[in-house]
Amino acid sequence: MLIHPKEIMETIQMVKTENLDIRTVTMGINLRDCIHPEISQFNRNIHNKIVECAHNLVSTAEDVEILYGIPIRNKRVSVTPIASIGGKFTKEDFISIAQTLDDAASEIGIDFLGGFSALVHKGMTPVEKTLISAIPEALANTEKVCSSVNVATTKSGINMDAVALMGKTIKETAQLTAERDGIGCAKLVVFANAPEDNPFMAGAFHGIGEPDCVINVGVSGPGVVNAAIRELKNPDLGEIAETIKKTAFKITRMGEMVGREVSKRLGVEFGVIDLSLAPTPEVGDSVASILEAMGLESCGTHGTTAALALLNDAVKKGGAMASSYVGGLSGAFIPVSEDAGMIAAVERGSLDLAKLEAMTSVCSVGLDMIAVPGNTTASTISAIIADEMAIGMINRKTTAVRIIPAPGKIVGEIVEFGGLLGTAPVMGTHSFSSEELIKKGGRIPAPIQALTN
Amino acid sequence: MTSTRFIITVIGIDKIGIVAKVTGIMAEYSVNIVDISQTIMEDLFTMIMLAEAKGDNFDMNDFQNTMQDAGEKLGVDIRVQHEDVFRFMHRI
Repeated sequence: MLIHPKEIMETIQMVKTENLDIRTVTMGINLRDCIHPEISQFNRNIHNKIVECAHNLVSTAEDVEILYGIPIRNKRVSVTPIASIGGKFTKEDFISIAQTLDDAASEIGIDFLGGFSALVHKGMTPVEKTLISAIPEALANTEKVCSSVNVATTKSGINMDAVALMGKTIKETAQLTAERDGIGCAKLVVFANAPEDNPFMAGAFHGIGEPDCVINVGVSGPGVVNAAIRELKNPDLGEIAETIKKTAFKITRMGEMVGREVSKRLGVEFGVIDLSLAPTPEVGDSVASILEAMGLESCGTHGTTAALALLNDAVKKGGAMASSYVGGLSGAFIPVSEDAGMIAAVERGSLDLAKLEAMTSVCSVGLDMIAVPGNTTASTISAIIADEMAIGMINRKTTAVRIIPAPGKIVGEIVEFGGLLGTAPVMGTHSFSSEELIKKGGRIPAPIQALTN
Repeated sequence: MTSTRFIITVIGIDKIGIVAKVTGIMAEYSVNIVDISQTIMEDLFTMIMLAEAKGDNFDMNDFQNTMQDAGEKLGVDIRVQHEDVFRFMHRI
């Protein structure tokens, strides 16, 4: 037999007991050819373009799933940031666009659609302001639409006016979805240095530099890495890094193979593999468990940032070799609600917001799926965003904030979102005010990169 | 896809008739065995077959479903996967 039985059994075990799957096959669709000054025609155009490009996405992905026996958890679509193509529309018009996107998503049977987005890192146009004002209602009225706003880049600094606005927008979004614990906020991300080809939600959008239609893939394999590390007998950290690299290689190869086959069958260009370890709420499929497997009593204790730095780097090294094109967010994710180990660490009292913030300086992507008390003020949320944006801006990396001020909830309570979004324990924030800082507005200037010129 | 070959794995508690049932279904679907190996791994009966579909109208999905049903009746886990999965993951 050309393939060794041990290799066959290893692959099967990864899928069967270690939750290896392809987290998402995401089709990026350019909507710039749908621009029209009249809203009803605009909506018809984007609906038709999405259905035309992606009507076969789900069935094709399912065929590939069957062929290879590797589950593909989500099929998604990302579109050109709507604020970049919207005309002089009203807030109600933008809400109708979100509805149109949601209808198109349901029609083609995908799980999520991202791109109700605006890029405002240096300033906001009236169109972008109107879109942002429509976000709370747009997310409350739709199921599958995801929204993101880029408020900072390393090259242009942080738009603190936008940061202040997003604090209010997040609060309003939570209020409008209060009966579901503020689930609207789980579909809203604030970015620094947002990538144009990210397949992961809620932050996926189809960037301006992208082709008309493209397939991007995100893999999920914390359970496999976790199992591989736990099998080692008294390893040193070099051996752990080596094992993570090898495992990341194998996981990424699956993503590459599936992505290429889906794109070939659809006749659509293959974009990138996102080398991220995306956890799921399943036990063991957890980034926190990997860190604990390295020797930490509980995730969040001293040493967590170092262990995460090792993990994140090793995943990239292994994955980069496995794929011809790497992009997106590419790094270990630490979403609290979607990772059983992170939830346990918060409940145990070993992991708090301050440590999570420190961890985001060495990994992808940021403060992700974090529930805070419902009475957290908009300015405190803005200040949390500003801190995270500063980490991204200074470190020339993508950072993001996806935070849920769960209406009526207090520290220690639990917020249930269900499915891949999981369960979030409500975490405490500082009781001291940041209001005056946020009120000042303006921009934080871009950091100096080098004095080489 | 570079070939029409796939790997069939049967894992579970050993009992009489597993091989007969599995190969019987293969014959029904005109699927040829290219290579076969059978071992007991960690107390489990493990059969791995490299197989090739010979029929023109071979329906992978239907074949998989039939195999899965048979697996459930036999109390074993049967998977049918294109061989590229294993080649791609482990070989450069």
